[in-house]
Amino acid sequence: MACFLPLSEAVKENLRDGDTAAFEGFTHLIPTAAAHEAIRQGVKDLTLVRMTPDVVYDQMIGMGMASRLVFSYAGNPGVGLLRRLRDAVENGWPRPVEIEEHSHAAMANAYEAGAAGLPCAVFRGYRGAELARVNPNIKSVTCPFTGEELAAVPAVRPDVTFIHAQKADKKGNVLVEGIVGIQKEAVLAAKRAVVTVEEVVEDFSGLHPNLCVLPHWTVTAISVVPGGAHPSYTHGYYARDNAAYLEWDEVAADRERFRAWMEENVMKAGPDDFAGRVAGLRAA
Amino acid sequence: MSDFTPNEMMTIAASRALTSEDVCFVGIGAPSAACNVARLTHAPDITLIYESGTIGTAPDVLPLSIGDGELCDTALTTVPVPEMFRYWLQGGRITIGFLGAAQLDKYGNINTTVVGDYEKPKVRLPGGGGAPEIATSSGQVYITMAQSKRGMVEKIDFFTSFGHGEGGDHRKRLGIDTKGPTLLITDLAIWKPDPETKEFTVVSLHPGVTREMVQETCGWPVKFAVELEETPPPTELELSTLRDLKARTDAAHKGGGPAAKRGAKDG
Repeated sequence: MACFLPLSEAVKENLRDGDTAAFEGFTHLIPTAAAHEAIRQGVKDLTLVRMTPDVVYDQMIGMGMASRLVFSYAGNPGVGLLRRLRDAVENGWPRPVEIEEHSHAAMANAYEAGAAGLPCAVFRGYRGAELARVNPNIKSVTCPFTGEELAAVPAVRPDVTFIHAQKADKKGNVLVEGIVGIQKEAVLAAKRAVVTVEEVVEDFSGLHPNLCVLPHWTVTAISVVPGGAHPSYTHGYYARDNAAYLEWDEVAADRERFRAWMEENVMKAGPDDFAGRVAGLRAA
Repeated sequence: MSDFTPNEMMTIAASRALTSEDVCFVGIGAPSAACNVARLTHAPDITLIYESGTIGTAPDVLPLSIGDGELCDTALTTVPVPEMFRYWLQGGRITIGFLGAAQLDKYGNINTTVVGDYEKPKVRLPGGGGAPEIATSSGQVYITMAQSKRGMVEKIDFFTSFGHGEGGDHRKRLGIDTKGPTLLITDLAIWKPDPETKEFTVVSLHPGVTREMVQETCGWPVKFAVELEETPPPTELELSTLRDLKARTDAAHKGGGPAAKRGAKDG
């Protein structure tokens, strides 16, 4: 049963040291505000799961919150590499991060298996791919009907998933629109789910019957954070802040500059600051 | 004919390989530009698919990432990511996977994972994203990249995406029944795999390019076809379409222009 909470409480009640946590979003709807709240609360030893860890995971890893990363593509979308992640993997700064690396197909299947309550995902993949050599969680099974050898990976079952969505209704049902990515599966695969939304509306009557709606009883907590996906975007609300992604490439290039940026823009800031960050990105 | 850059020639040569009948899984960067030039010139009915779930997208500007709102706004439909990889890619509905590469070998194997050793990398690259399965589940694979000795190497550091492996029938031996890399378009030449060995062989040099230029920017001894052709230069329509697209893209992304031109792919 979803309850409406301020973001600080929603994070405190649902994210603990040592958790396996997914902050999902596929370029669109990245739950930045929730990630920043987790950084402010100083949560430790997380296993972070995400198909496309980008700037927010770079920030969390740079702040030393993660001991392990499960992922399939770690880049700054459209810009290049993730420099804090590289520093952690290549130099162990500020702490070493163990990585479990997959392909997108594997991660998508693994989330879906988690949502479906299955122990593993089976798919046609990793053929000839060297990840199967370096990742012991990539195995194979033989189809009992055709004899075809297929790839198998364990289901993703996060302790908690964080997503950002367009809106909730007063009961706590959640609507996700546009590039819906892996969010529905990530919520249904998790023990707990926290959703930040742009706004709350009275009810969802009159919506198209096939929209992506998460019933309120699949969500643990909802926090209203307008702009909470910045610098990514929320379809129908505001555009992607491409300049911020470019700026991040410079900020993350230097440890001291990174620390100073985090102090100024995360540690001394709060959920209410996000609305101002997207003010210039809203459609006229 | 106005002057054109090697990169423009690369994009336009790549666009010519696509048809209106194709269902193309598009990598970001150079592949994305080529696919959209094709759509805006000779292949208006091509279906472009990006891994964020957008099917039949027709962006007015090139996306900076695979998940830009523009892709969703102009798509016929947008599906969840698991559906994209299961029903559409694994289901065998993609005719062409169009990939870029950080490192490529002569058999079309691609590395976008690490430079150096996997456990102790010299450079940790973003990783495979959708590419490992695009490379084996698409009907065939086109690759496009600018030539350099660092990029086109005798031996790649990591097999992110399988091409023809050690050459010959290596794909078949692994049970992979799709064609794999059938075309490589660089800023200097068009390459096709030898029918037997599967080694990429230069079949066409772009205007003004010599064999020496191709060899100097490639890390393996280059084989040339006996009947070496010259790639037709860009037409006025192709060139103006590409330049208009780039100008619209730079204006739309403000300051995002240089980054949009960088990077072979992202996820």
